[in-house]
Amino acid sequence: MITRAARVVFVVFVALVSVWLALPAHAIDTTQFDDPVLQARYLKLTHELRCMQCQNTSIADSHVDLAADLRREVHDLVKAGKSEDEIREFMVARYGEFILFRPLVNARNLWLWLLPGVLLLAGVIIAIRVVRQRSGLVAQDDEPLEEETGR
Amino acid sequence: MNRFILPLGGFALLVLVLFLGVKTSPERSTLQSVLIGKPAPEFTLPDLMNPGRQLSSKDWAGNAYVLNVWGTWCPGCRQEHETLLRIAQLGQAPLIGINWKDEDSLAHEWLAQLGNPYAAIVSDHSGRTAIDWGVYGAPETFLVDSQGLVQYRHVGPMTMEVWEKQFVPRITGKPVDPS
Repeated sequence: MITRAARVVFVVFVALVSVWLALPAHAIDTTQFDDPVLQARYLKLTHELRCMQCQNTSIADSHVDLAADLRREVHDLVKAGKSEDEIREFMVARYGEFILFRPLVNARNLWLWLLPGVLLLAGVIIAIRVVRQRSGLVAQDDEPLEEETGR
Repeated sequence: MNRFILPLGGFALLVLVLFLGVKTSPERSTLQSVLIGKPAPEFTLPDLMNPGRQLSSKDWAGNAYVLNVWGTWCPGCRQEHETLLRIAQLGQAPLIGINWKDEDSLAHEWLAQLGNPYAAIVSDHSGRTAIDWGVYGAPETFLVDSQGLVQYRHVGPMTMEVWEKQFVPRITGKPVDPS
């Protein structure tokens, strides 16, 4: 027999484990700035720069040595008062655009930025046409079929 | 039949785009260096063999040189070491080493045991110079020409084939076999 108390204990246990699992693993990077603006800039940049050794994680989320070096570089540049764009340029000049998770908006990449909108628009147009076509079909359905009624 | 043309055409286009994407996507080993054709990053770092002394990239200006990024912690560097010794013997271009995020004592031990193919080695303890060169994994080997421009980068262990096909023609000014 499962008592009511045991069930309560179980539910509380599951809830606590869930909360514990959901806690973000921030232990990798503990860098702190006194200025919240700089802190925000640092966090934003380290989350959008690719770890070149692991490629699908940002330098903020990577344990790799090189990611730590790049975080230190970003830290120093932020501290020296460099803007976001200046720091991005610094990284691109060394590692290429591949280091940016968010592609630059320029003539070469314009199609990348426009394509989702174009596709969405095409989808909406197709959907509207299909719906219109089918609403016409419904009107036809209401008319009695001669062959059937003739039987 | 007509109603299949649009979806099929769309699907064919998707296949084409994905195929091209996969074909041309940068792989780990083939990431093109953005430095190609640009002036080699300058550095002044301590001499591994004589840590009191500073060596500068300007010391080799005017001559083509090969820059090899290595560390004793790097298995690929152990793998290419024999090849580097052979290349050094050929004497087609001086081999400059950047000892990347390593301990001097370990590096000394490694060279004493395996032989030293380098004309000079600098110690990049902090990894700052490696970042300037866009290094993302050792070993990496760069070719700098006599104008001081980066001509080529090879990522991964050096092989005689890469040396002969990619480095030698660029050093001697002969056309490079595109294969």
